[in-house]
Amino acid sequence: MWTRLLALIVKELLVLLRDPRSRVILIGPPVIQLIVFSFAATLEVKHVDVVVFDRDDGTSGGELARRIEGSPSFRTVTPVHDPAELRRAIDQQQAIAAVEIGPSFSRDLVAGRPASVQILLDGRRSNAAQLVNGYLGQIVSTYIADENQAAHRVATVPRVVTRNWFNPTLDAQWFMVPGLIASIALMIGLIVTGLSVARERELGTFDQLMVSPLRTPEILFGKALPPILIGCIHVTIYVLATIFIFDVPLRGSLLLLYVSALVFLAAVVGVGLFISALAATQQQAILGAFLFMVPATLLSGFATPIANMPAWLQVVTVIDPLRYFLAVTRGVFLKGMALPEVALNTAPLVLIAAITLTAAAWLFRRRME
Amino acid sequence: MTASPGTGAADVRACSPGARVRRLAALMKKETLQIVRDPSSILISLVLPVVLLFLFGYGVSLDATRNRIGLVLELPSPTSRGLAAAFQASPYFDTRIGLDRREFEDSLVRGELGGIVVIPSTFASDMARRGGAPRVQVLVDGTDPNTAALVDGHVQGVIGNWVAQRAIEAGGKQAVAGAQSRMWFNAELTSRYFLVPGAIAIVMALVGTLLTALVVAREWERGTMEAMMATPVSSVELLLGKIVPYFVLGLGSMTLCTVIAVSLFHVPFRGSAGALYAVSSAFLIPALGQGLLISAATKNQFLAAQLALMTSFLPTFLLSGFLFEIGSMPRAIQVVTPLVPARWLIPSLESVFLSGDLWPVLLKSIGILLLYGVVVLALAVRTTRKRVA
Repeated sequence: MWTRLLALIVKELLVLLRDPRSRVILIGPPVIQLIVFSFAATLEVKHVDVVVFDRDDGTSGGELARRIEGSPSFRTVTPVHDPAELRRAIDQQQAIAAVEIGPSFSRDLVAGRPASVQILLDGRRSNAAQLVNGYLGQIVSTYIADENQAAHRVATVPRVVTRNWFNPTLDAQWFMVPGLIASIALMIGLIVTGLSVARERELGTFDQLMVSPLRTPEILFGKALPPILIGCIHVTIYVLATIFIFDVPLRGSLLLLYVSALVFLAAVVGVGLFISALAATQQQAILGAFLFMVPATLLSGFATPIANMPAWLQVVTVIDPLRYFLAVTRGVFLKGMALPEVALNTAPLVLIAAITLTAAAWLFRRRME
Repeated sequence: MTASPGTGAADVRACSPGARVRRLAALMKKETLQIVRDPSSILISLVLPVVLLFLFGYGVSLDATRNRIGLVLELPSPTSRGLAAAFQASPYFDTRIGLDRREFEDSLVRGELGGIVVIPSTFASDMARRGGAPRVQVLVDGTDPNTAALVDGHVQGVIGNWVAQRAIEAGGKQAVAGAQSRMWFNAELTSRYFLVPGAIAIVMALVGTLLTALVVAREWERGTMEAMMATPVSSVELLLGKIVPYFVLGLGSMTLCTVIAVSLFHVPFRGSAGALYAVSSAFLIPALGQGLLISAATKNQFLAAQLALMTSFLPTFLLSGFLFEIGSMPRAIQVVTPLVPARWLIPSLESVFLSGDLWPVLLKSIGILLLYGVVVLALAVRTTRKRVA
């Protein structure tokens, strides 16, 4: 049995690696994904354009405007001179925010009255606008706090001192790159399985395999192990890139990460085999894999937190394998996740792998009869 | 049967315009029937848009609307209790109160809390003292930088409002408020409002590029494309016969998405339908051309699907500025973004939905998209011809 299984695995790997087109698929997309995602997929807001409308008749407004200009978050800080100009700048998306300093700003500051500073934001880009609002709000309150303290006035605006755990500079790559390890494993697992099964079915060679002395479990393992193997190679490349190119700290154990990765890949390959067993043509297999991959990615917390989803949708994410492995990759790298936590996130993967692989075996057998 | 496409093209030129129109109509009819009968086309053009729209409408949300935080009162006093009450009243936070930060640190590590706010023991006395520097310390979970920054921003907001409230209660004699903010076009700050136009762009990119690339690549794989080439139909007519039905399909998917977005997700629609169709049509031309180009260049379904995902879906998702700010990307990537058609579609869609027809923005985008369309289509025609010869 083992020689037969080994022969099938070797054959699968040879088919994959000898075909120049499969080689392109195995090398091209992962490299592009690593580069583009890690550099482009950032929700950080830097280099944005803002305008300042200073109506203050004293000097404080000008000082506040200079503080804003001095902030590294903004690319250009342009003065505007009337409300229409301000409106136009935001309307036509030339600026994401406008700071309007009221006419009595200096006097209010001295008198200890609520000073009028308004921040107007472009809500079409609501996330970026909220972050810019945070930056601008902090500059304004820090300025007011400083002025109050310098003039020895009472009851200032308290200063907020923030410390970010696990990722002190809120580096977006620390968030994105460990997540990519999980998403590349998902992509490779699905594509390689789809490539090997759907193509053979369309070409009719799968039926030949079915009538060979190989039994169904052997065929299943022979088809499942090569994608897991190739997935592990991709995971390794991505782990090395995470550590050595992107300098993300590795605070937990790599062994735990790999155990979890193996189980995750088995679950993904199970899904891939299931889709391939259902699909009649390559095209359907490609679309089926895509139709699984997009929701699995969007609902996993890869780009946006699960906690922000409505409660009923959070329940749906329980069956998403990517969700668990994503927690493991991010946890092991950034938080130094220990065995109990990793086990807690790997147990559902064992269950998903068992269910999908069994279902795929059942479907294949049914198709054969 | 003509042996080479060269003589085929010559025959076409000799044909009367009437015959040409009839031939084109027959081709389009054939393509339309194929679309209607093929389950994959229905899957991409009807099921996928609805799934994507629902995912973007419900699943993808950047609104950290309710964060669980731990609030530490090191020394309870009327002042610090007042601030704590402000946190408890805030719609942004689900606040648990404790007396020591160690109570919450483990929960922060496990990801059960988004942050810890510490009001130090000296807070009340610093607030009351002349020239005092009261501090509030915030510890946030930095693993998700975006949520961390939002939590930090909301903490600032709660404190700002609390200070303003105190100032009003004290008759405007005591404190100075921070800034007041106002959000235009999207007062409730629902990220769904800008994610849904982005989802529409993704759907059109998928129908335009992925579906066309897949369907035409299958024809190349099976040799039916060569068979068509051998008929008197010219390659321009052949491509036109493919483009028009998928163009209509793309606009159909877009309409479906818009109807769902407006009726189900209550995304405002402040512009005009004319502007929406104008900019969508301009976007579909380069998208379809790209699909045809990919299929003619690869002639293989798997490779075509991968290339379409890499050159159309991913850039539309990542480099169009709908989710990720272009200004925050490294220079080398920023320079590439103008080449992504969706980069020009997104601002126009956002305007049509959220602020109205801004013709200066729209016309510029339409012009650039049409230019890309002409270039990509010309390339597609050239590749198709060359592949046959």
